[in-house]
Formats: sequence, C-alpha cells, structure tokens
Amino acid sequence: MESQPSNISENEKHQPWVKTSHWIITLSFLLLVFTGIEILMVHPRLYWGEVGNELTPAFLELPISRNHNRTDWEAEVPFFDSKDSPISAGRRGEEEMFNQNGWGRSLHFLAAWFLVVTGLVYIILGLFTGHFQKHIWPKIRELSPAQLFRDIREHLKIKIAPPTGGPQYGVLQKIAYMSIIFISLPMAIITGFTMSPAITAAFPFLLEIFGGYQTARTIHFFTSIGLEIFLIMHISMIVLSGFKQQVRYMTIGKQP
Amino acid sequence: MKKKIITRRAAITTGVAALGALLIPGCKQPMPPNYGNILRMGDNFTYAAHRALLPGQSLAKEYNFSDISSMPATGTINPADTSKEYFSESYDQLLRNGFENWSLPVEGLVARPASYSLKKLKTFAARTQITRHTCEEGWTAIAEWTGLPLGTLLEHAGISPKARWVNFYSFDGWLDCIDLIDAFHPQTILAYGMNGKNLSIPHGAPLRLRLEKQIGFKSMKYLERIVVSEEYIDPGDIGWAWYNGI
Repeated sequence: MESQPSNISENEKHQPWVKTSHWIITLSFLLLVFTGIEILMVHPRLYWGEVGNELTPAFLELPISRNHNRTDWEAEVPFFDSKDSPISAGRRGEEEMFNQNGWGRSLHFLAAWFLVVTGLVYIILGLFTGHFQKHIWPKIRELSPAQLFRDIREHLKIKIAPPTGGPQYGVLQKIAYMSIIFISLPMAIITGFTMSPAITAAFPFLLEIFGGYQTARTIHFFTSIGLEIFLIMHISMIVLSGFKQQVRYMTIGKQP
Repeated sequence: MKKKIITRRAAITTGVAALGALLIPGCKQPMPPNYGNILRMGDNFTYAAHRALLPGQSLAKEYNFSDISSMPATGTINPADTSKEYFSESYDQLLRNGFENWSLPVEGLVARPASYSLKKLKTFAARTQITRHTCEEGWTAIAEWTGLPLGTLLEHAGISPKARWVNFYSFDGWLDCIDLIDAFHPQTILAYGMNGKNLSIPHGAPLRLRLEKQIGFKSMKYLERIVVSEEYIDPGDIGWAWYNGI
C-alpha cells in the first residue's frame, strides 16, 4: 500500500503481545456484549440524569423482553401532600419478571476485569514499545484531504488491500483502531465505573462529569452499540481482505 | 554491549506482583465462600480489589430534598400477604398492632446481647440522608432515609474485637451479611423513616438496612434479627454475588 510510512518494515509481523491481548479482549468483549444484553433485558428502559425507574418517564424504551412496559402495580401512594408529589408503588407479579442477573452481572464484571487488566497492559506496552506511535497514530501527511479521500473512495468501492501480515495499516484503519483504543473502550469502562456505588463514593466527580448514574448507563449502552458496529465492520474488512489469511496472521502468524 | 536492565518480561512480572501486593490488605478480612464457582471467585476478587484500592469510609453522594423521586417497591412488598411464599405469620401478628411488640435482637459476638424496641432505637442520635437507591435491575430512585447508624447500635451492644461479620435475618426469609467496614460506615443506617414518614410496609417496615455503597438488594428490608459473628454464616450459594459494590 502506498500510504505506508517509510519507517515501517514491509515484513514486520504482528507482535505476540498484540495478538495475545487482541484475543483476550475479543473474548471478554463478546462476553460483555452477551451479558450486557441480558442485563439490559431486565430493565429495558433508558433515562437521562440520576434517576430513572418504572414510575418515571423513560428517554428510550426497548421492546426487548417481557419486562418491557409492565403494568402490574399496586395502587400509587404519594410520598408528600403536594400535587406533583413523587409516588411509591409496589410491584406485583415479581415471579413473571425476566431476571438472570445473578450470573449475568457477575459474568459481566468477571469479563470486565479481563478487559481492564489486559487493556492496561496493552496501553502500557503500546506506549513503551512505540507500537502506537509507529502503527496506530496517523502521520500528519496521511491526514491530508487527498490521502483521506483516496482511502475513503477505495473503501466505498470495496477495494480492500490484501493483508500484509503485520501492522501496516491504512489511514482509515488507524483512525478506527485509535478511536476504539483511546475513546470507545475507555468510555465504556468509565461509564461502567460510574454505575458502581462503591466507585462513585470514592470518585464523586464521575457522577458530575456524566450528569448522573442514568446518563452514564445510557452512554454505556450507546458506546456498546458503537463498539458492536466497529466489530461488524472489522469482521467485514477481514472477510473482504481474506479471512483465512488474516486470522492466521493474527494467531500463528504463518502464511496459509 | 549494552545490557537491557529492564526487560519486558521483568516489567510485566513486577507489574503483576505489585498488583497482587496491593490486594493483600483486602485479604485480612476473611472471604465469603466461592462454592468453587468461577463467578463467585470473580465477585470475591472485585471485593478484595475494592477493599484494597478504594477508601473504605468515603461517602456516597447525598442529594437535595427536591431530588427525591418516585420509587417502586420491589421484591417482597408485604410479608403479611398470605398468598405469597414469603408469608410470615410472626410479621402478620406484629403488623396487627402497629409493630408495638416488634423488637430487634442483637446477638452473637456482643458483650450485652439485647432486643431493641422501635422506641428504644429512636432514642439513639438519628441520621437523615438523601441518597440514591441503585437496583441491580438497572433503575435508580432518590429518597430520604432516617435511622440510627448501625455502628452506634453495635457499639451499644458491645461488639467483640473478634467480630468479622454482621448478619441480618429478615421476616421474608433472607439471611445476608456485611463486613465491618460497611457496618461502621457512617451512612450505613437502620432506617425507620422514609421521606419524613414512618417506613411503609412495601419499603421494609418497621426497620430496614440502608447500605449506600452497595446495590439496592443488600439494603435488607423487614429486619428481624442481627447476629454478629466471627465465622461467615453461610446461607448457601443463592446464585447472586455477595459483594455488590458494582
């Protein structure tokens, strides 16, 4: 590919630590998506601010489980005498609720540990080995409109370069990887932290920067949608550029 | 020839060892059982990490009166409901005369085991806090809670230095415990008031726990008895995490 910076060897292969962390993060990400959907199905309503529950209006309701739009409630009791008083109501039919959070939450957090610890090791090694600087961070000249337009045009024509077997990435590829490594995944982790009562007690600024627990939960959801779109595009590109060969390069590293 | 002083392998090994060492202080507290279940092992790892890395006495956010919101009552909403599996005859009896005969036994590793009536509990200095209830399901609600700090009661009963766990029994059949860091946290209260009124039945009358740094279901409703222990009193694997700071 012409857009290669000259200081990268054409033959450079993926580093073992890049491959290892790639697959650990892949596995934990898939588990996080799976358990994340389960957790969302228990309460498929999204809100803005600190508060949101079945007695308050939702910002978005997802019809993804039988818990969607439940109506089986005891009579509403106002907390105060005022006309617009917040209310209390007892939930009936608890037995009919969908809830698999007993394992769903624990598996979500177990997978998150692998993502966070592997992610930290990856970021540290990426900085100290020059991996980010050499392969991920786009060069100024790559960001020229002409270069960018050419890369976009080639992608639109689905002209995907064959794999080189190493980290010789195109500029759009670099931008995509950079946003995943430095924006989306950290955002998913930080909004996740903001949903932890123990962590926000220690770091109250988390609730302030996002404007509340429910806002953080909603951002967490949309960030995961973004990551899933990335996953689909990433796999599409691998398929278009030669699936078997790409997977070999990212695992045993040999030519097929 | 230049010799590499810090190899990558050495750096990783040191890093992992340092991370492990950070977790050691969290291990002075005994761990709840993991039942050989990898999920429960992960929960315990989170518990140890939180105890090692987060300040134990930091306060959960408190809100303004105007932030008080609607709040659903979930799980058990009336232990006197005969149609439910969790029906409690003794609760039903106590409810009939407005919890006049209700009292809370504090037993186990305490110098002065005693049973505290609601009237007696209200003589201790009360704490009122407006906090966010965070349900494992994903919803939240803000309410004002009034009660006495659990630590006050444990000191009044003369908690032993050997104590490691504070166990709660509820009328609807639950047994759960917390460690002493949570038990003596200033916002851990036994609440008899909610939003300026007596605690209602759906929200746990006559007395419930408020544990503001864990997920909602740890704040046990319908308290029947408190037992202080050195050993973990095992309710068996209920299929849910014991520690719920996340």
